Amino acid sequence: MKIADQNWNLGPLGRHIWRGRIGAAELSAFARSVKDEGGQLIALWGSDDRHLAPLSLEGRGAGGEGGGFSIHAAFITAAGLAWVSAELSVETPAYPDLAVIFPQACRMQRAAYDLLGIRAEGAVDDRKWLRHGAWSAESFPLRKDFSSEVVRELEACRSQLPPLTSIPGGDAYPFIRVEGDGPHEIPVGPIHAGVIEPGHFRFSIIGDRVLKLEQRLGYTHKGTEKRFEGMDLTTGAKLAGRVSGDSHSAYAWAYCMAVETATGCEVPERALWLRALFLEIERIANHLGDLGYLGNDVALSFGFMQFWRLKEDLLRLTQRLFGHRYLFDRIVPGGVAADLTDGSELLALADRLEPEVQELKAIYDEHATLQDRMANTGIVAPSLAARLGLTGMAGRASAQAWDARVQFPQPPYDRLEVNMSTHRRGDVLARAEVRFAEVYESLRLIRELVRGMPAGDLCAEVRLPETVAEGIGWVEGWRGEIVVAVRIGADGRLDRVHPHDPSWQNWPLLEVGILGNIVPDFPLINKSFNLSYSGQDL
Amino acid sequence: MTAGILMQLAQTLLAILLAPLLMGWTNQCRAWFQGRSAPPLTQPYRMIRKLFHKDAVIAHDASPLFRFAPYMVFACMALAAGIVPIVANDLPFSPAADAIALVGVFATARVFLALAAMDIGTSFGTLGARREMLVSFLAEPALLMVFFTTSFIAQSTQLPVIVETLAHKQFAIYPSLAFAAVAFWMVSTAENARIPVDNPTTHLELTMIHEAMILEYSARHLALIEWAVALKLFTYSALGIALFIPWGIAPAGNYGALPLAMLALVGKMAAGGLLLAFLEAISAKLRLFRVPEYLSTAFLLAVLGTLTHFLLEV
Repeated sequence: MKIADQNWNLGPLGRHIWRGRIGAAELSAFARSVKDEGGQLIALWGSDDRHLAPLSLEGRGAGGEGGGFSIHAAFITAAGLAWVSAELSVETPAYPDLAVIFPQACRMQRAAYDLLGIRAEGAVDDRKWLRHGAWSAESFPLRKDFSSEVVRELEACRSQLPPLTSIPGGDAYPFIRVEGDGPHEIPVGPIHAGVIEPGHFRFSIIGDRVLKLEQRLGYTHKGTEKRFEGMDLTTGAKLAGRVSGDSHSAYAWAYCMAVETATGCEVPERALWLRALFLEIERIANHLGDLGYLGNDVALSFGFMQFWRLKEDLLRLTQRLFGHRYLFDRIVPGGVAADLTDGSELLALADRLEPEVQELKAIYDEHATLQDRMANTGIVAPSLAARLGLTGMAGRASAQAWDARVQFPQPPYDRLEVNMSTHRRGDVLARAEVRFAEVYESLRLIRELVRGMPAGDLCAEVRLPETVAEGIGWVEGWRGEIVVAVRIGADGRLDRVHPHDPSWQNWPLLEVGILGNIVPDFPLINKSFNLSYSGQDL
Repeated sequence: MTAGILMQLAQTLLAILLAPLLMGWTNQCRAWFQGRSAPPLTQPYRMIRKLFHKDAVIAHDASPLFRFAPYMVFACMALAAGIVPIVANDLPFSPAADAIALVGVFATARVFLALAAMDIGTSFGTLGARREMLVSFLAEPALLMVFFTTSFIAQSTQLPVIVETLAHKQFAIYPSLAFAAVAFWMVSTAENARIPVDNPTTHLELTMIHEAMILEYSARHLALIEWAVALKLFTYSALGIALFIPWGIAPAGNYGALPLAMLALVGKMAAGGLLLAFLEAISAKLRLFRVPEYLSTAFLLAVLGTLTHFLLEV
């Protein structure tokens, strides 16, 4: 595979997906060639491969003895998704810092250290990220020899000592402080007044103007990746879908795509079309909900009620047609678990939704105060978005024209010709505009999917591999690209699963997008991104 | 005289008891305009009752000021309700304070609430107090200008005299009052923490003005503050009625006109609540830094009202 005129030893793993192993020292050079070509880093994670020493993975040997730790990175390149891995030694697992090339790697590197103890050498920011008070700095939960005793001990210790801060190394975290005369710090969260996920936001302000915002996330760390270990493939699909509930279909599909690549399973065509249908329904439901929330955040409850009425109509129909409002567990390894017997109701709803959304858009467009609140608020300039790797729906609103359904379509999208919607302004209004455009496009896709759905089986059998096998899934969810990497052990159970949410890249952009804005506009800016806490806390 | 004092007590009590009803009615109308099913009319009463039954949680660092402020705020609003002619004109309390002193009564309540908000030292309390001061220092001059316009017409800053002049003397059309009425409406939305200046129903701490100040209050303290908020809305509505549509308020000493006055009050309040709910349903909240522009417009309109008075009515 050629990237920026350099040859790299990567082979095809699936459609538009490339896989290869390189030496840890080459990682920087590889990342730089991707950068030169205009690509982005989209995921970075580690794995503990010490138990795999007696086995021999394909491609191993060229990179070294194996049996240590591995660092994995997924890049988006002109040819598609490139998944590269590098072996790290057991004694001093370290790899060159990638954050100097791709700043979005920073938090992923810190998380990889917290979970596995593999260090990015030369990284400027080496503070902890996912670790709060739940495990000590010396233990690494994703290592295979980690016992959960440590967590229990801390729990016991916590019950004896009431103040949380007295636990050695508890939840102390060195925030970057704004010094000088006048700045004022407001800590917000992790518990908020509304029913939303927990996250801590540290604002440094002068008056109401934001000088700096620093996020502290990880409060919903549930040990999802650890929980995958040893799970059978079918149960894994259920867990994968629950990594971030609002992107259920995207995660379940990405996981199943990875498992199907690893096991060489051929998914029936009808199942693929149904998966795409589920994904587009999910996209519309989320966009409608968020457009309503944007109205609610500027106290225009009318918009909130109307968009949620439309969303509710859609959810009730999916409940009736497929048995679940949010389509949970309808995508399974090998195919789907629900069929569409009669698409006429879905077509009728799509025909009804479109004019209603258009009417509401006209109201939003002509509402002076609403436009004043959204226009020029929370601007992420295209150049900044490119440098920091803003992705997905928010990225498209800042001229980052990436959409896996358009450039690297997996079936059935290769037959549908998806239209991408982009914007250059990068403010709250641009993100709302992209959402509107994507709702229309998804409604069109739903009509095409229902009308063109091929007949056939719903599910193919997944045959367990006899050796260690790996695969990766790549799906354009409503928020951005969802990547799930899977390694199945020789016993046919999951050995390592890494689900990646686009929120990893986009959260830091929120820190930048708020600068120069005023504090009361933060909820609106935050809502226009609507990033996942659960998806990045894992 | 005794009858007058009894009337005065009855009117104040009436205001205190009816205030949550106006709040409930406004909430109900707003729910209808927004296209959702409405809470019952009596919801604010239930809320207040519930809060009085709860145990108060008070921050460790709270000083006596924090506990005292809700009583002070409630007392200020009750006093204001006694001064404004609601159903009967020229009651014994009315001469105690004129329109300018009334602004002072509202300001006293606000100062205590802002001090209490800063007292416990949470960042939201301070943030809310700061914003409240930003809004009020712009709202108060506009409110005073509105009072001046009406005072020029009546040649007095005493509310009973203003009501007497407008309602019970020979009918005349005052163009200046149209400007003043719009200005008064704009100031009222700001003073009562309503849309488009503040959103009374939001859960977003960072956007709050009034709510941010009372985040730390619970139980009976919160009940008193909620009640005072309802009473403030009621008093402002009564004030608006007294200044701009006073017809129906019983003249001094005329007890026979009281039933009609009650009827007129309920009718005007219901219409006012409906209008408030409608305007709230179709507007969005202004960007915080647009609020000064909004209140400057109110001030400008009030000044125009005064100028119009001198140009056309003298």
